[in-house]
Amino acid sequence: MSSTVISRIRQRQIADLIAGGKRLDERGLTDYREIKVDTGLIAKAEGSALVHIGRTKVLSGVKIELGEPFSDRPNDGVLTVNSEFVPLASPEFEAGPPREESIELARVVDRGIRESKAMDLEKLCIVPGKTVFVVFVDVYILNHDGNLIDTAALASLAALVNAKIFNYKLKEDGEVEIVPGLTQLPVKNHPIAITFARIDDKLVVDPWLDEEKVMDTRLTVTFEKDGKICAMQKGGRGVLTRDQIVEAITIGKQKAEELRKLVV
Amino acid sequence: MSKKPRKLINKKGLRVDGRKIDELRPIKLTVGAVNNADGSAYVEHGRNKILAAVYGPRETHPRHLAQPDRAILRCRYHMAPFSVEERKSPAPSRREMELSKVIREALEPSIFLEQYPRTSIDLFIEVLQADGGTRCAGITVASLALADAGIPMRDLIVACAAGKVDGKIILDLNDIEDKEGKADVPVSLMPNLEVITLLQMDGMLTPEEFEEALSLAIGGCNRIYDLQKEALKAKYMAIEEESE
Repeated sequence: MSSTVISRIRQRQIADLIAGGKRLDERGLTDYREIKVDTGLIAKAEGSALVHIGRTKVLSGVKIELGEPFSDRPNDGVLTVNSEFVPLASPEFEAGPPREESIELARVVDRGIRESKAMDLEKLCIVPGKTVFVVFVDVYILNHDGNLIDTAALASLAALVNAKIFNYKLKEDGEVEIVPGLTQLPVKNHPIAITFARIDDKLVVDPWLDEEKVMDTRLTVTFEKDGKICAMQKGGRGVLTRDQIVEAITIGKQKAEELRKLVV
Repeated sequence: MSKKPRKLINKKGLRVDGRKIDELRPIKLTVGAVNNADGSAYVEHGRNKILAAVYGPRETHPRHLAQPDRAILRCRYHMAPFSVEERKSPAPSRREMELSKVIREALEPSIFLEQYPRTSIDLFIEVLQADGGTRCAGITVASLALADAGIPMRDLIVACAAGKVDGKIILDLNDIEDKEGKADVPVSLMPNLEVITLLQMDGMLTPEEFEEALSLAIGGCNRIYDLQKEALKAKYMAIEEESE
């Protein structure tokens, strides 16, 4: 079985370099790898985006259907995020029901979109309590080289910005008739997730896979367009100090503005 | 919207359950609540009722999960179908799976896992009645259960949430405040080492508001920490009395 175990000596090398403010791939501690965003690659989807961060590759697709709203939110459309760790992307991914990491990733991406009110759900309501648009965002991990959360969040946002819904007409009997033409999805905020790894008591942004093997703690902070925080998630078996959390917010806020320019 | 949002803090500055903004709900912790378990504890935190039990360190099944250099901690956070207003399906939901993961990662830093290679420590958290803040109360009670099982730890883990309601940063949100409020920040820490082991947030906060919420949550944790230590002592005081 091939696996992604890395040797002790390489772990030590990564950690020692970071302690001195350097990284093995020659980035600064707060630099992202090269980011590439391509939208509209999947013609059958209502919206799609392929995002590369370094060699990490995530494809997000948006499908839109008619459905029923939740009973406690009769005036809102429905948005769901799912993620698929496609087995071809890494020796560590297996086919089968979603595992913890996959569920966590989807829920962190979902939280950023939901809490920042990125999608104007009220505009997705057709007949209150009866018919609404249901927006499915499906995150497909196509290559795993670390920092899946930021890549998936960026791809999902880009796919939503890219997505178009079909125009409709309400018939007298309350039936929905689809008419020609398309309208942009009502996206009104742009949440950006910024992930840090704690290695040897130092924070680095956008960890690649080898750094993820060395890190003990991961922290994701999601910022909405005005610089407010709309989601956070600590992961990993390690700890954080209060100062490190404050540092992550300060750095993350700047980084989020840089990344946002790539999709908006 | 058809429903007007209700006021969650009244003119006197009191909350829906009569608490002040920086006040905890009443908390009752009991150590040793499940006879068959190696360690267990029970908490009533406001209207939350949560049971935690620990089995292990014991042989890992299935075997291939065993780690040669440390014990593995496995955690299952689960809500009883009758614990909430509308019946919850007993099958683990996506939320429960995520919480099981973050709770495990909140507790792992406290345990000397390397002292028990190849074994597993299995932790079960059952929410019998839920009223907001179950992940935090679950972590607090689970850490007591681990201590009761005699597992060596760096410190107890204690958790508490802060959030934002009606424009104010408040401590220890109940269900209504969690659902209708503007933000929720659950935090867990090792108070003696002053390090944070769980941090999540949803809602919308400025960085300044977040720091205020974080400080408030840490303050709440420190108060619960005293209750945790008392609960642990109480069990052994009782044993001492029996043996006299």
